[in-house]
Amino acid sequence: MSSADLSVLQRPNDRLRRRRWVNRGMELLAWLAAATAVALLGIVVWSVAKRGASELNLDLLTKPQVAFPVPGGPQGGLVNAFVGTLVIVGIATLMALPVGVLVALYVNEFAPAVVRRGVGLTLDVLNGIPAIVIGIFVFGLIVVGHGDSGLAGSFALAVLMLPLVARSAIEVLALVPGSLREASLGLGVPRWRTTLGIVLPQAVGGIVTGAVLAVARVAGETAPLLFTTAVGVSAGADWNPTHPLASVPVTIFELSDQALESQHAQAWAAAFVLLMFILVTSLTARWLANRSRRKLQRAA
Amino acid sequence: MMGQVRGDLVSASSTIEQAVRVETKRQPLPPRERLEQVFDIQDLTAIYGSKAALKGVTMDVYKNLVTAVIGPSGCGKSTFIRCFNRMNDLVPSFRQTGTIRYHGQDIAGKDVDPVAVRRTIGMVFQRPNPFPKSIQDNVAWGLKVLGMKDNLSERVERALTQAALWDEVKDRLKSSALGLSGGQQQRLCIARAIAVEPDVVLMDEPASALDPIATQAIEQLLHELKSEYSFVIVTHNMQQAARVADMTAFFSISRGAEGERWGELIEYDATEKIFTAPSDKRTEDYVTGRFG
Repeated sequence: MSSADLSVLQRPNDRLRRRRWVNRGMELLAWLAAATAVALLGIVVWSVAKRGASELNLDLLTKPQVAFPVPGGPQGGLVNAFVGTLVIVGIATLMALPVGVLVALYVNEFAPAVVRRGVGLTLDVLNGIPAIVIGIFVFGLIVVGHGDSGLAGSFALAVLMLPLVARSAIEVLALVPGSLREASLGLGVPRWRTTLGIVLPQAVGGIVTGAVLAVARVAGETAPLLFTTAVGVSAGADWNPTHPLASVPVTIFELSDQALESQHAQAWAAAFVLLMFILVTSLTARWLANRSRRKLQRAA
Repeated sequence: MMGQVRGDLVSASSTIEQAVRVETKRQPLPPRERLEQVFDIQDLTAIYGSKAALKGVTMDVYKNLVTAVIGPSGCGKSTFIRCFNRMNDLVPSFRQTGTIRYHGQDIAGKDVDPVAVRRTIGMVFQRPNPFPKSIQDNVAWGLKVLGMKDNLSERVERALTQAALWDEVKDRLKSSALGLSGGQQQRLCIARAIAVEPDVVLMDEPASALDPIATQAIEQLLHELKSEYSFVIVTHNMQQAARVADMTAFFSISRGAEGERWGELIEYDATEKIFTAPSDKRTEDYVTGRFG
């Protein structure tokens, strides 16, 4: 074999030089795009924190809202909204989680391929329905005739959560190695015992992650709650879901429309609390996801 | 150059024969008609989608023997033994024709419950697949689910002892099975399979992912356990078949006129006969290393 002509390496030609510049240019564009995404989050958090964090005080979290505040009078707090959101989102999770997990178990462990694709498509479409449409739907279904209630709000949020929970559970269940199912079935263990005893425990971490992400997603939903649990809200903390309940996003929406500076300040503070709650739950979900993925990798 | 290769082949095949001769010093088999049948397979054809993986297999499997299934990759060995415990049912496009009689009863029919079949016909898989549970629970879980809850810890100990694993794990039964070595995990899978007291244990290349020492341990196990169980073992390792099996079935790939390929049973006989005096040319080519 004759030695190759290496001189080409020493004197880069024009085409090579041009390519290098195009490469640098595209890298820069991609970097800028990524930086924009990060910067957007940073700006939102910073602007909410700047206006909201200073207004944060114990009264906000413990005292009920003052129905008709006057300038210089007692400002009260927003405990009714925080309690309301807690109750509404909590019940929504209780509704959506079991149904979502059962959907995922059926789709992943039992359904034939045609049904699997059909249900997957349905979940995607459901996920794409605007929240306000779901609000109107629940309004027509439950609120008309029964009036506003926390339960109606929970149901609306549960409809939003269901595709999120089911989708993420399907993905996690698909990661459980088939060899484990075979091992169990090979012992003569029925399918349902295999699913409950071997498959589900492996996927629990991932399912919880999906549920936490769904909670973070719907905790800030405003539109469905406007239709379902916004009329005739009581001023004090109310844990009864059959009553119409206040919620953080709807309260922010209403306060921002008021005249008093102090009410705007409260809206910013509530927005800050909501944002922090969502950031913390998202990070928790990420942490849980990493943990359960490591567990699955050890099993595979 | 060619002469060198041929010489290597000849010496390789004579080494195999030596290995066979050394290892086949065992009890001579009684005549086949005096052996008790476990499986009576008639004209078994296995089809995935529209492609036949296996055509027209007819053979018997006998009680308390180790039956090896050998052959080149893609000849349908795994498909074949997965028919015995209805594991192929898990593949949506799978279909089979022909009959498999297990102690006289057809287990291939639609009306037979595959769960009940797998209950008496256990399986050990190619890659060790312990549950992500403790060592003890790996063996005990099946027992609990299948209602064999009396003397649970004795049953676990007996199974682990039979699988030659007890001494290595008795001090850490509560620790995770995933911390065991590959060979230990596979023996744990064997313990898990025999703990539920099956009648037959199917093994799908149980040692292919293991080192030689672990492989030896598992082969030793087969020798010791065959008085209690019947084994059907798929292997692509001919020496392994020669070492452990009483009966050997050789499968090969046949090609049709339009290029379609399927697996076929070529020859089934006592292991010693298959390896020293095969009656089919294809078997001879395979066991002497001229093909595959």
